[in-house]
Amino acid sequence: MELLCPAGNFPALKTAINNGADAVYIGMKDDTNARHFAGLNFNDGKLVKAADYVHLHNKKLHVAINTFAHPDGETRWRKAVDDAVAIGCDALIIADLGVLDYAANQYPEIERHVSVQASTTNIEAIKFFHNNFDVSRVVLPRVLSIQQVKQLAKNTPVPLEVFAFGSLCIMSEGRCYLSSYMTGESPNTAGACSPAKYVRWQETDKGLESRLNDVLIDRYQPEEKAGYPTLCKGRFEVDDNIYHALEEPTSLNTLELIPQLSQMGVVSVKIEGRQRSPAYVEQVTTTWRSALDCYQQKPENFQIESKWMDALGNLSEGEQTTLGAYHRKWQ
Amino acid sequence: MKFSLGPSLFFWPKHQVESFYQKAKDSKSDIIYLGETVCSKRRELRVKDWLNVAKELSQSNKQIVISTMTLLESPAEVQTMRKLCDNGDFLIEANDLSAVQIMQELKMPFVAGPAINCYNVSTLKVLLNQGMIRWVMPVELSGDWLKTLLIQAEQENVRHLFECEVFSWGYLPLAYSARCFTARSEDKPKDDCQYCCIKYPLGRKMNSREGERVFVLNGIQTMSGYQYNLINEIEQMNSLGVDIARISADSEIAFEKLIEFKKQLIEPSNLQLSKVEECNGYWHKIAGMSLA
Repeated sequence: MELLCPAGNFPALKTAINNGADAVYIGMKDDTNARHFAGLNFNDGKLVKAADYVHLHNKKLHVAINTFAHPDGETRWRKAVDDAVAIGCDALIIADLGVLDYAANQYPEIERHVSVQASTTNIEAIKFFHNNFDVSRVVLPRVLSIQQVKQLAKNTPVPLEVFAFGSLCIMSEGRCYLSSYMTGESPNTAGACSPAKYVRWQETDKGLESRLNDVLIDRYQPEEKAGYPTLCKGRFEVDDNIYHALEEPTSLNTLELIPQLSQMGVVSVKIEGRQRSPAYVEQVTTTWRSALDCYQQKPENFQIESKWMDALGNLSEGEQTTLGAYHRKWQ
Repeated sequence: MKFSLGPSLFFWPKHQVESFYQKAKDSKSDIIYLGETVCSKRRELRVKDWLNVAKELSQSNKQIVISTMTLLESPAEVQTMRKLCDNGDFLIEANDLSAVQIMQELKMPFVAGPAINCYNVSTLKVLLNQGMIRWVMPVELSGDWLKTLLIQAEQENVRHLFECEVFSWGYLPLAYSARCFTARSEDKPKDDCQYCCIKYPLGRKMNSREGERVFVLNGIQTMSGYQYNLINEIEQMNSLGVDIARISADSEIAFEKLIEFKKQLIEPSNLQLSKVEECNGYWHKIAGMSLA
């Protein structure tokens, strides 16, 4: 299985490659990708540098162009495809059907991967992408149980990639408008969920409050650890009950699924976190590299090492991890 | 301009569904969508029951469309959807690309529902090639977005190939998850949900800790806390060339809304909306929950 790591900037990319990533994925410095954050991503010169570094080490570069093209800006998405191909990227990660169509027609020889943002969760949807755009890979949304992934893997005409570690999107990706409902900006059209410019922190008599576009997302007591107010991970009220109505601050961690994923033929495990620091990339890449190597060397003896779990736990939201939807009980 | 009654997004007992559609027959809608779009565990009505309701409705002078599921995760769900798609009588609303794939195989036309991510003219053209005859705009898009897109469709000479429909009233479907939030709210696992969402005919309200209505929990679907209301924008929609305005089947109030919307088109007036119940932000390119 390929270890596919995130890079939001050149230092993170170097770190990923140096610590054992088989491939790295990046985005352009604009709204054509789903991590459109200030100070993040790659522009012209850096793109070339990124491609050169990755290829010098015989690894692969995937470029995420995975938001949905605006009607008055389709040329921007097409240019992103052109630029990615021009620097010699190995794969384009695309969600928009129009952009996929363009890439398939203009650059049939460049691999096209269906982005997680395209919400492809079943065999007929996979066939749709296979038949129409001859895609080489489908990235599955984080909504399937491990049994469902297994069933898909058995029947799919296209190799599968799954999310292995990182922030946990609990909604079917590409089909979540919660952020735009609250702020006007969605991952689909602006490339960010719960954008930082709408976040406000305030110390009050009742505790530290986090708000997103003025809506109270959470309120923390002094002993509680405050987290970024991603709107699906706040505490809300349902009929007088105050709790994490959608999800707790937690990260996805699937180390223990490595044997199953590998046996079912999943071709790539993806680490989330282009918005995270090179230090995060280093630790996650190192840990996952060790785990994958251990499995490969002696599959029958594979055991999770506690140091791996500790390292990943420390990097996680709320310092806790979950198997998410892979584990039926989570659902 | 025509008016449609969208599919009911909530889980109601069978008798309530049947009585609702009895009344829908005499409603002001030109088009009626029906079918389960949210959760495959909701089986008060099975495929044949939905088709029976559709047949019954087809005696009225309305177009009947079967809406299909949005998040399909298991082969059984896809199989059920295939049966609906292959019904032989009624037009299908595809809410997932799997339905598009099936309709294309069947060489049958379809409506691209609001959960299909169609944001630009290139995507419209891809879907037209598959057999799309009507496009329902994703709910998060604005009037300006629509305007630009429809002008481009004219320029590309494809505008005459499809009708354009806009979700105009009701709780907005905003997100879909593997997790059931209604079951979670009752501390039940999804696999033993006991179909508890049937107790909440309008979903469960989810407020901020300051009492602000944020979302509505409807099983695996998260909806807008406020009801979307484009009644004051209906004239503008008409002038942009929107063919159909969708009134969501939240409750029987939808029948009154159909009357109000039709009246507004003939005798426009600026209606006062409620800040704590209604929103129209998406259309105006601001936060969806806002009221412009």
